[in-house]
Amino acid sequence: MREGYDHVASLDAEHELAIEDPSGLEYKGSQPGSGRRMTLNMGPQHPSTHGVLRVVLELDGETILSARPEIGYLHTGIEKQCEAKKYQQVVPLTDRVDYLANLNNNLCYALAVEKLLGLEIPEMAQWMRVLLCELTRVASHLIWLGTHALDIGAMTVYFYCFREREEILKIFEMFSGQRMMTSYIRPGGLALEPPRGWHKAITRVVERLQSGVDEYQELLAGNPIWVNRTKGVGMLPVDIMIDLGVTGPMLRAAGVNIDARKDSPHSSYDKFQFDVPTRTANDVYARFEVRMEEMRQSIRMVRQALDGMPSGPWHADAPHILLPDREKMKTQMEALIYHFKIVTEGYRVPAGSVYQVVESPRGELGYYVVSDGTANPHRVFMRTPSFGNLQSLGAMLEGVLIADSIAVMGSMDFVLGDVDR
Amino acid sequence: MNRVSAYHPGSPSVLPEVIAGNSDALAVDQQVPGAIVDAVMAVDEPQIYIDSAQIVPVCRHLKEAGFVRLAGITGVDWWPRSPRFEVIYLLQSLHDKRRLRLAVRTGEGQEIDSVTSVWRGANWYERETFDLFGVVFRKHPNLERIMMPADWEGHPLRKDYPVHGHKYSYRDE
Repeated sequence: MREGYDHVASLDAEHELAIEDPSGLEYKGSQPGSGRRMTLNMGPQHPSTHGVLRVVLELDGETILSARPEIGYLHTGIEKQCEAKKYQQVVPLTDRVDYLANLNNNLCYALAVEKLLGLEIPEMAQWMRVLLCELTRVASHLIWLGTHALDIGAMTVYFYCFREREEILKIFEMFSGQRMMTSYIRPGGLALEPPRGWHKAITRVVERLQSGVDEYQELLAGNPIWVNRTKGVGMLPVDIMIDLGVTGPMLRAAGVNIDARKDSPHSSYDKFQFDVPTRTANDVYARFEVRMEEMRQSIRMVRQALDGMPSGPWHADAPHILLPDREKMKTQMEALIYHFKIVTEGYRVPAGSVYQVVESPRGELGYYVVSDGTANPHRVFMRTPSFGNLQSLGAMLEGVLIADSIAVMGSMDFVLGDVDR
Repeated sequence: MNRVSAYHPGSPSVLPEVIAGNSDALAVDQQVPGAIVDAVMAVDEPQIYIDSAQIVPVCRHLKEAGFVRLAGITGVDWWPRSPRFEVIYLLQSLHDKRRLRLAVRTGEGQEIDSVTSVWRGANWYERETFDLFGVVFRKHPNLERIMMPADWEGHPLRKDYPVHGHKYSYRDE
C-alpha cells in the first residue's frame, strides 16, 4: 500500500497515474486483431457466476475466442453419501442438490422410490405436490430474474424479486418448518399434514405474484438498455444445443417443445391445464420471455390447484414406509413398532432400477435409482439440468464480447450445487 | 427383476424375451447383429445390455433412428461381482419423447469406446464416469477428472472406496 492518498487527488485532477511496477513487467494491453491473446480467469469467485464456477477465457481484445468452464469446486459427494444412507435418509440430501428448487428434487426422488416400491399416492398428496412444485418454480425463476437483471445493471428488479420470493419461502416454512431445505415431499406422500390456513395464505401470495410478474415485465421488457443487452446475444444452433445436453427453458427458447410435465406425466400433471411457452429467437431475450411466461403458467396451475384440491388422505396407506403420526405413537402399539422399525432398519425396496424424470425450473431433472433389495440405495445418479446446460457454455461464448458473457451466463440460470452435486 | 438366462449371445435371431416386442431393440439387432447381449426388465422400461465393442455403432444407429438426445451417462459398481461396472446410457427421442436405456458391462482395467463422436454432450458425462468410477473411455478428446481435483487418488463412487476414513476426511467420524 502506498503512503497517503495523494494519488487519488491526482486522479481527480486527471493526471496520468504512473504506477511503478516492482516486478519490472509492463502490461501492454491486448489490441483486437493484434494477434496477442490474453487468458483471463473468471471465477471461481466471481459475482455473476452465482457460485463457484471457474471459466478460463481466452481473449482477443474484448472478444472471447474460447471459454472453458471448470467445475467441481462444489462437489460434495452427495451421490456417494446416498449409498451410505437409508432410503428415507436420502430425502434431505436431495434438498441440497439444487438449493433453489428443493421440492422438485424431493419430488423426483420420491417418485423414483415409489415406482420401485409400486406405491400409489392419493390424489390429494399428488395435487399438493404439484402446487408446491409450481410455487418452487416461481421462487426459482424469481431468483434467476433478480440476479440476471442485477448482473446487467437493473438493481430495482432484484429487490422486488426477492421481496416476492420471501413470501413463497414463508409458505414453505408454514408447510415444513423450513424456508429452503424443506424435505417436504417424501416417498409415500408428504412429510406432514398441510398446515391450518394454507389455502388462505397461498391465495394471498398468488395475488401478489400475479401483479409482481406484470411489474417485472413492465420494468424490463420495454427497457431499451435491457433489450439492447439481451436481444441477439448468446445464440447457438439448436441441434448443437440438443447434442450438448441442453434442456428446459433454454431449449424451449430455441423452439423445441420439450417439457417433462407434458412428455412423461406424473403426479396428476395431466389434470392441469397449462401451456408450454416456446420461442424461436434463441437469444437471451427469448429465454427471458420463456421464463416470464412460465411463471404465469405456474401461477395459473397454482390457482387450479387451489380451486380443485381434492379431499382425502395426504399420504399413502403404507405404515412401513412413512413415519407414523406422533399422537398415534403414544396410544397405539403398532405405530410405535413401525416407527422403531423405520428409524432403525429402514424399509427394503425391491431390486430393480428406475429412471424418473421431472421438470425442474432449469430443465430435465432425472434420478436414476438402483436398488439391490436392501434398505440402502445401491446407486443414486442425479441427472441434473444445470450440468447439461453448463456444458454448452463454451460453445455459446465463442466469439461473444466479454461484457455479454455475463448476460449469457445469467440466461443459463445454472446452480452450481446442481452442477457439482 | 426379470433376468433372462436362457439367452446366448451370438445368435442374432433370438432376442431376450423381455425386449422381444420392442421395436427399437429389433431395429438395433437388425442393424448391428449380435450387439444385444442381454436385457433386463427394470421397473419402468427395459435396460438393454450392449456388447462393449459395439456401443458406438449401436449409438450411431439409434441417433439416426431418432434418439437425438443423450440425457446422461453414468456408472454402477457391482463390486465384488465380475465384471464389476455397468455404464448406463440414457437416451431420449424428440419425436415422441420416448426413452431408451442402454447398458454396457465392463471390468476393471478394460476400456470402452467413447460415444463423444456420436453426441458431443457425452464429453462431460464420460469424464464424470471416469473420475468417479475409473472407467476408461477410449478415444475421448479430454479424459480428465472433472469433479475431483486433478491429483486425487482413487475413484470415489467405487464400492470399495470408503465413505468415511479417507486421509483427507475428519478424524473420529
